[in-house]
Amino acid sequence: MAGIVIVGAGHAGSQLAISLRDEGYEGTIDLISADPDHPYHKPPLSKSFMKTPDAALQPLRAQQVFDDKRITLRLGQRVLGIDREKCRVRLADGHPLDYATLVLATGTEARPLTLPGNDHAGVFTLRTAADARRLRAALPGAQRVVVIGGGFIGLETAAMLSARGLDVAVVEIAPRLLGRAASAAMASAVEHALIETGVRVLAGAKIERIVGKPGRVDGVLLENRTLPADLVIAGIGAVPVVGLAEDAGLSVDNGIVVDAHLATSDPAIFALGDCASFPMDGARMRLESVQNATDQARTLAKTLSGRPADYSAVPWFWSDIGTLKLQIAGLSAGADASVESFTPEGRLKSVYHLRAGQLIAVETINSGGEHMLARQMLAAGFTPATDLMRQGDPRAIKAAFQGIVA
Amino acid sequence: MVKLTFIEPSGNRREIEAVPGQSAMLAATAAGIAGIAAECGGSCVCATCHCRVVEQGEGLPEMEDAERDTLEFTSDAMGETSRLTCQIEVTSALEGIVFEVVGH
Repeated sequence: MAGIVIVGAGHAGSQLAISLRDEGYEGTIDLISADPDHPYHKPPLSKSFMKTPDAALQPLRAQQVFDDKRITLRLGQRVLGIDREKCRVRLADGHPLDYATLVLATGTEARPLTLPGNDHAGVFTLRTAADARRLRAALPGAQRVVVIGGGFIGLETAAMLSARGLDVAVVEIAPRLLGRAASAAMASAVEHALIETGVRVLAGAKIERIVGKPGRVDGVLLENRTLPADLVIAGIGAVPVVGLAEDAGLSVDNGIVVDAHLATSDPAIFALGDCASFPMDGARMRLESVQNATDQARTLAKTLSGRPADYSAVPWFWSDIGTLKLQIAGLSAGADASVESFTPEGRLKSVYHLRAGQLIAVETINSGGEHMLARQMLAAGFTPATDLMRQGDPRAIKAAFQGIVA
Repeated sequence: MVKLTFIEPSGNRREIEAVPGQSAMLAATAAGIAGIAAECGGSCVCATCHCRVVEQGEGLPEMEDAERDTLEFTSDAMGETSRLTCQIEVTSALEGIVFEVVGH
């Protein structure tokens, strides 16, 4: 009898497979991955995976766990198409696979660089283990690196390469770093920290093209000068992988459109994680994060095990940029006020974002306790007094929070 | 190899062999210990590798601020011997240690 077929074995797909068993689902589970590597943690690719030439991928779960839970992993296997009438997917090896329920966890892929010269050897993106291996193999001998894109992946990579002693420049076409990911105050703190460690930051840059000769890159041509480079790394964002869904006639709008149960426009097909556009606070949202992937997986596992659940979780994110640990709880879009707190040395420690007097997001730097607390306060809808936020002492805030919820 | 024991949330007791130099969390997830989600992969941000040390904890490294801070403010009940196993490097000094998995 056909069971559940999951397309994509990243954080979302793998967690769903595991959680289905935890929820007591007894049918078959096929976890299909176009990626040939055993399912792995993605965040370390830009950091610990680059540290030594032989650092291993970090498995999301051991093979033994998939075996024990009777999850059939089909690695390096692309799904070519979905036949919705027959409830069947067609695999690249020619085999059809029937499903009772199909789940699309297809994730994102690196937004392609459209600049002239983007095909020179020495131009890299960083999304998959294969990308990371290619970059890692090219590092010995490289001295000058230009990172195009000042988002999380670009800045994590820049900081990591700078710490290895490489000469790193970050080029961002927007007026500031982390434009989509963090507030201006946080971005400025990160920029200063990067500059202190020797990274050059060029925001508001106009990039003409990548220059090079056959077989190698020479640099990045800006409006008025060339930045020499042995390596160019493009980290300009990601786009949801929606081709399968589109070809099958499912609704797609900046991601595969799902409802609060994560069902697509076909009730037998669900989508989750980075590729899914889901309803949140009256709008559509698509989030690229480990938290969103794994929390949606746990919610969907309940639904598919016969206990329908709506997805609602406080989003959170983190990024390790050199010695800075950036953590974000909630979403700051639409904030109309903010309160900042600083370390005794005067460094930005946290930013509390409010809308109409209500706390909606908290960003922190190297203040993990404050972040953990923020997640609980946001879930409870609690807003601390302004002076507590300004002091940013998590123990004092926790005391106030517990006074309310007790 | 260093012998570590994990008591899973079900009460099941499992002994595993860990390679020195890796984290206790990595050793546990590689062995498929139940209740250690290790969602952040060892970045000290999710607290889903939270364990309590119940025996032979003398050889543990001191907690750094990030670990203490994250543990103190997690929604889990923190105990006197709570640790985030992603922040514990396996060394021979840990031989025989017993962790109780809080469970995520």
